[in-house]
Amino acid sequence: MPKAFTPKVVTANHLLAGDVIYQTADGWTRKLEEAEVLTDEADADLRLIEASQQVDEVVGAYLADVAVEDGKPVPTHFREEFRAKGPSNYAHGKQVELQ
Amino acid sequence: MYSYSEFDTAFLAERNRQFRAQVERRISGALTEDEFKPLRLMNGLYLQLHAYMLRVAIPYGTLSSAKMRKLADIAERWDKGYGHFTTRQNIQYNWPELKDVPDMLDALAEVGMHAIQTSGNTIRNVTADHFAGAAADEIADPRPVAELLRQWSTDHPEFQFMPRKFKIAITGSPNDRAVTKAHDIGIRMVEHDGARGYEIIVGGGLGRTPMIGKVINDFLPEADLLPYLEAIVSVWNQIGRRDNKYKARIKITVHEHGIDEIRRLVEERFVETRKTFSGVDQQMLREIEGHFAPPAFVEADTAPYTRALETYPAFRAWSDTNVTPHRDADHAIVTISLKKHGATPGDASAAQMRLIANLAETYGYDEIRISHEQNVILPHVHKASLPSIYSALKAEGLATANIGLISDIIACPGMDYCALATARSIPIAQEIATAFDDLKREHDIGQLKIKISGCINACGHHHVGHIGILGLDRAGVENYQITLGGDHTEQAKVGDRVGPGFSADEVVPAVERIVDTYLELRSDEDEAFIDTYRRTGLTPFKAALYPETKVAAE
Repeated sequence: MPKAFTPKVVTANHLLAGDVIYQTADGWTRKLEEAEVLTDEADADLRLIEASQQVDEVVGAYLADVAVEDGKPVPTHFREEFRAKGPSNYAHGKQVELQ
Repeated sequence: MYSYSEFDTAFLAERNRQFRAQVERRISGALTEDEFKPLRLMNGLYLQLHAYMLRVAIPYGTLSSAKMRKLADIAERWDKGYGHFTTRQNIQYNWPELKDVPDMLDALAEVGMHAIQTSGNTIRNVTADHFAGAAADEIADPRPVAELLRQWSTDHPEFQFMPRKFKIAITGSPNDRAVTKAHDIGIRMVEHDGARGYEIIVGGGLGRTPMIGKVINDFLPEADLLPYLEAIVSVWNQIGRRDNKYKARIKITVHEHGIDEIRRLVEERFVETRKTFSGVDQQMLREIEGHFAPPAFVEADTAPYTRALETYPAFRAWSDTNVTPHRDADHAIVTISLKKHGATPGDASAAQMRLIANLAETYGYDEIRISHEQNVILPHVHKASLPSIYSALKAEGLATANIGLISDIIACPGMDYCALATARSIPIAQEIATAFDDLKREHDIGQLKIKISGCINACGHHHVGHIGILGLDRAGVENYQITLGGDHTEQAKVGDRVGPGFSADEVVPAVERIVDTYLELRSDEDEAFIDTYRRTGLTPFKAALYPETKVAAE
């Protein structure tokens, strides 16, 4: 039996800055909580293809698993948590500057 | 120190001009990421977890104060005010923006530095003993040979598209501080009957399949070095596995064919390569050696040093751990710890880099080294200057007296920065260092090397740590495997895995149990951890780490 589809967001690195970005309904954001949550597999695949075609803006787009809490996406894997929050050795990086 | 010739300068300017144009084409969309990636990697530019990362080569770990100041300037102008020194004696900038990288490379070129071949399937930065030219136990300074290898391997047309990356290390001392047995090629300068030559070790490496290198030639005459190395790389380039990247390194080639067959093939190829070297390489080596002439060591009274030792216990503690005997009795080698308890191993701020540059200029004959253990060395310091150096370092948070102790930990960037990592390394190092500092136990524990990697690629050299820690992803949770008894020296050994891994929270208690076991078992205070381990083996440590297993077995 195929595995049930779990909620996803499209994420990538920004071409110029190299930092982590997430796809929204009409563009990109640096905040995971603003990302568009994709709950339909076909829709998610389509959105990923659209993102991957933006070669002069983003690098390495992929679908990342999320859970939805209070209507907002949150990471389900620690790798995505670090991508969203920045390095854990001490608070620095673009994510800190966004706060 | 080697100074660039007109040829070097022109070559670098042209490479930087090419890369600037490549970056422009990528930004304009004329190049896709697939087209651009191999070009950026050839110039040391990675795309990591949070940002681009520029890895700058520090050939054989040698810097001048001008170079160190430039590294500080770059950190401040185009990064976040710090740099990270690595286990290949390089420096990494964790936060550059793509458009700025060509300017960063031009700034590096101003002081004869570059990022060429710090990535990709090429011959990487040649590493060397960080005490080279200063060590009391040295046969010869290996850096001229390392510089010759840099020139030979840079843009070598035959070796730009190899099966995998290729790493070379060289030591001029019988006490191996350059981890030569864990390199694709390790070179040990040796003397036989008064004649100098090289012992060539091949097929060592860490990573997914750790291997200790094997001697392919126990005495290679000096003049044969480049043709012989060219023969080795050439043989591997031809028969190395390109079908599977995990089997592509020369260690696997040596393992699959056997060292005797590899030796035969290399000797066969060497007959051909030897003819193509007319002796120009040896002339070049003689010229390069001129750049590495030892400084004119000053003579001065060492009484200020002796007085400070007697008067200031903190200075004495620092001197005991961070100062190493120099080949000149009135001089010393200073190791500046980049392992302040709780800090990120290998990180240095721009202010710290500038202080080190100033100290090198004022007291250290303008010489600086980076160690593969992620510390900074002032290789030539008159003992009379040591108290002044200590005070200056202390003011900038650089006087931690812990070289060789449990908090002097090698840690790769791990999942805090690295896109390949499967778990974090740095926070584990921070926690271990802080825990043992809180208990003020590390001087009692003595020499103990912990090395941590955040994935099986083993950039943190965990296989050869006395205590090795490997971070993995086990079903979405960070999990840490521990190995014991690894050794990076001339007695190189891959550590023994103790058993099932530990969660992140369990690592510090596990290390504490290992240390407690050692303290109970050691014959006296002079028996170092590694010696106790060699004597007792894994069993008592395993019993301490997994008491429930022992109970179940009884």
